[in-house]
Amino acid sequence: MCQLSSGFSPKSSEERVKALAGLDRRDFLSFCSIMAATLGLSPSFIPKIAEAVEKAARRPSVIWLHFAECSGDSEAFIRSSYPSTEELILNILSIDYHETIMAASGEAAEAALQKAMTENKGKYIAVCEGAIPLATPPGPNAKKGDYLTIGGKTGLELAKEVCADAAAVMCVGNCASFGGVQAQRPNPTGAVGIEEAIGKPTLKIPGCPHNPVNSVATIVNFLLLGSFPKTDNLGRPLFAYGKRIHDHCPRRAHFDAGQFVEEFGDEGAKNGWCLYKMGCKGPETYHNCSMVEYNDGTSWPVKAGHGCIGCSEPNFWDNMSPFYGRLPNVILPGVEATADKVGFTLVGAAAVGAAAHGVYTFMNRKKFDPTLKDKEE
Amino acid sequence: MARHVIDPITRIEGHLRIEIEVENGMVKDAWSSGTLWRGFEVFLKDRDPRDAWIITQRVCGVCTTVHALASVKCVENAVGIDIPDNARLIRNLIMGAQYMHDHIVHFYHLHALDWVDVVSALSADPKKTSDLANSINQNAPNSGAGDFRAVQEKLKKFVNSGQLGPFTNGYWGHPAYKLPPEANLMAVAHYLQALSLQSRLARMHAIFGAKNPHIQTYTVGGVTCVDDLNADRISEFKYLVEEGRAFIDNVYLPDVLAVAPFYLEWAGIGGGLKNYLSYGMLPGPGGKEPESLWFPRGLITDRDISKVHPVDASKITEDVTHAWYKYRDGKPLHPSVGETDPWYTGIETDRADGKYSWLKTPRYDDMPCEVGPLARMLVNYVSGHKSTVENINGVLKALNKGPEILFSTLGRTAARAVETKVIADNMESWIDELAANIKRGDLETFTPYDMPDSASGFGMTEAPRGALGHWIEIKGKKIHNYQLVVPTTWNGSPRDSKGRRSSFEASLIGTPVHDPKQPVEILRTIHSFDPCLACSVHVIDPKTNEVFTTRAI
Repeated sequence: MCQLSSGFSPKSSEERVKALAGLDRRDFLSFCSIMAATLGLSPSFIPKIAEAVEKAARRPSVIWLHFAECSGDSEAFIRSSYPSTEELILNILSIDYHETIMAASGEAAEAALQKAMTENKGKYIAVCEGAIPLATPPGPNAKKGDYLTIGGKTGLELAKEVCADAAAVMCVGNCASFGGVQAQRPNPTGAVGIEEAIGKPTLKIPGCPHNPVNSVATIVNFLLLGSFPKTDNLGRPLFAYGKRIHDHCPRRAHFDAGQFVEEFGDEGAKNGWCLYKMGCKGPETYHNCSMVEYNDGTSWPVKAGHGCIGCSEPNFWDNMSPFYGRLPNVILPGVEATADKVGFTLVGAAAVGAAAHGVYTFMNRKKFDPTLKDKEE
Repeated sequence: MARHVIDPITRIEGHLRIEIEVENGMVKDAWSSGTLWRGFEVFLKDRDPRDAWIITQRVCGVCTTVHALASVKCVENAVGIDIPDNARLIRNLIMGAQYMHDHIVHFYHLHALDWVDVVSALSADPKKTSDLANSINQNAPNSGAGDFRAVQEKLKKFVNSGQLGPFTNGYWGHPAYKLPPEANLMAVAHYLQALSLQSRLARMHAIFGAKNPHIQTYTVGGVTCVDDLNADRISEFKYLVEEGRAFIDNVYLPDVLAVAPFYLEWAGIGGGLKNYLSYGMLPGPGGKEPESLWFPRGLITDRDISKVHPVDASKITEDVTHAWYKYRDGKPLHPSVGETDPWYTGIETDRADGKYSWLKTPRYDDMPCEVGPLARMLVNYVSGHKSTVENINGVLKALNKGPEILFSTLGRTAARAVETKVIADNMESWIDELAANIKRGDLETFTPYDMPDSASGFGMTEAPRGALGHWIEIKGKKIHNYQLVVPTTWNGSPRDSKGRRSSFEASLIGTPVHDPKQPVEILRTIHSFDPCLACSVHVIDPKTNEVFTTRAI
């Protein structure tokens, strides 16, 4: 367990947990139950999660690297509520390198990175945010990867160096996972996800940005079981990316009933009808947004009346756009081809029992029309 | 003369490298380099103009909503539509929430450690800390001796664990830290409070915007969240505004005023440039710009605070003399006719070609300008913006100083705090307007339109870090050319063709440096600008460099 300061000796295990987690017991158990629910574990796991957090001998070292990105995933991560960011920083993790929050700059920051890598060799979690540009810029002295340099090294050099001795590499956001926004065609910097850049499998928490509920639950899984959660064939944890948005969408009943928003602000929009015709990519997107929502369960895109853009999927910037054009972006062969099948094809052999449903009732009437005027005649 | 490189600069958004030349303990020269290029303009080409806001919002994960806003505005300008009043109000509320959130995070989590010695807080007396907090503000929350003792215990436990996490290798004990241990403990307590507060304040974006950081409720023509225009959502929003205001009034502003007297020499350091540019923001009823803007558009030159000059967007140019690009005839160009020819020559600043950054160098009417909270507060102040004048005067009176102290590192930090209060205090008026619209049955949130085959337009607004402009040219209903001129390009760019420095470099000249290996003084000034590099580096496709005319909004 963590070392405690001298003069501070908790009497009961209750107090010990409180001291370790820095939370009062009620908040702490609430955090544990949210984590159990997010991970899809039974309530009997709640005490085990508490124990795992409690028993962590040394807080696991985290080295968080920024590559070609916008820091949106760092911003998302620090919005974590259960546990709070304070708990994550002070009591659960040891975030030894993170350029957005660390006190040191320049040489002192470089030294902090080297120290964390040496002291925790083979044990630290490398969290990667952002893609790696692999192209060589034009110019007399340019070399591969020079579109990004940090401390004089290219992003590629830094990623390889730090990920080599990590216990695991966790990609947060779509950029680190699959290349993200800068990798959309024509991908001028040759940006790729971390896995492709370093040639080593990575765990992926995509999203644009990712939902901190999912990154934190993944870390808790690591603390609890000493391993990362089961993933799909793309490396995304199944607890968060195993189900289609469309299958758990609160507006699904309107889809089945054929009630669609035809134009933003219309009566359908006011009544919370289905956004499929406004370009929603929920039928092709595997993500738990509709179940956990964002920012402490405040909302998520469909709730705010905007279609899903498919941000947890590889190359969604190309594959899911135009974002206001309706799915599917293919000519369907007939009534047998439902949106379920389209989603199936995209994610490969994802184990989802996709039942055929009423999508064909209008889909076979009208082909996909990505033009700007996108209304039913 | 010794040259020192600070790379990476941390506690900022993005990848920044600063090189300084120090002589007799003072910065004699400085070079600022942006070290990442992503190529947004290149992949925006040929996209559906309606998708531009979703793409450009990913330019930055910190000031997300402002790129979303500038983008929908530029397309709406090109299409030639006005948005419904409810959409204007939702956008103002989301903008206001952005400022309340972003400025608090900047002060406590990105900037405070330049002034606050965390380790010194361990030796503070919690009782005296409580007395200090109450002497500054009698409404200070969580300021009993027990509260500060609990924070100190938490900190001790953390330090004794031997795992210092993000506080590893901080410049603790550096002679530039001037606060007594009690003030340091108070600031550490507020650092932690602000950490949980910012997570809650982000919910303001989620209420109408689906989520934070990146919202998903804007669309060309208005907003999509019509289903959220109800009493439940509005009262939830209002509650969060009040929580934020209580913190700004009772913690943030008092902290700035408490810390400032220990660092008054910084009211004479870090001033840098003498021209201040603001595009203005937050449109009023009718939405006409710049006439209805609550924060006015304007330019102040040569620190002359007797007048504000009007802004003409056609006078903006970008220069690439010291940036890793080539222009065919080498002359500065308006962003809408810029060229792309990336030409990377290496990170060293002393090479013959003189190129050292991915940032181009913007100029207004051939003048280098500072943009950001200080520029906005100065333009507001000189324009007679009522609540700005009151609050700036309040701060100056509390410090017993004149407006000249604003032209400094400390002035920039104080201006940001004042701006947070000015905006937060006005949130309720937009909420009330929205409620009044709903009450009389107005639920309009979207203006329908047909996308023209060819059009061009621009959207100007203010990011928390300064003036932001997006330009679009549409051909065949697709994006033919898209340009962004963003705040940190103004502030963090390299020298121009005449050798004149931009804000970061200019403001570092004359900064005292005790030990170049522990450059806390450099960080103070650089952080006072709140650098955000992700959006600063961009480039133009060489095939699209045609002239197009922009219409005034």
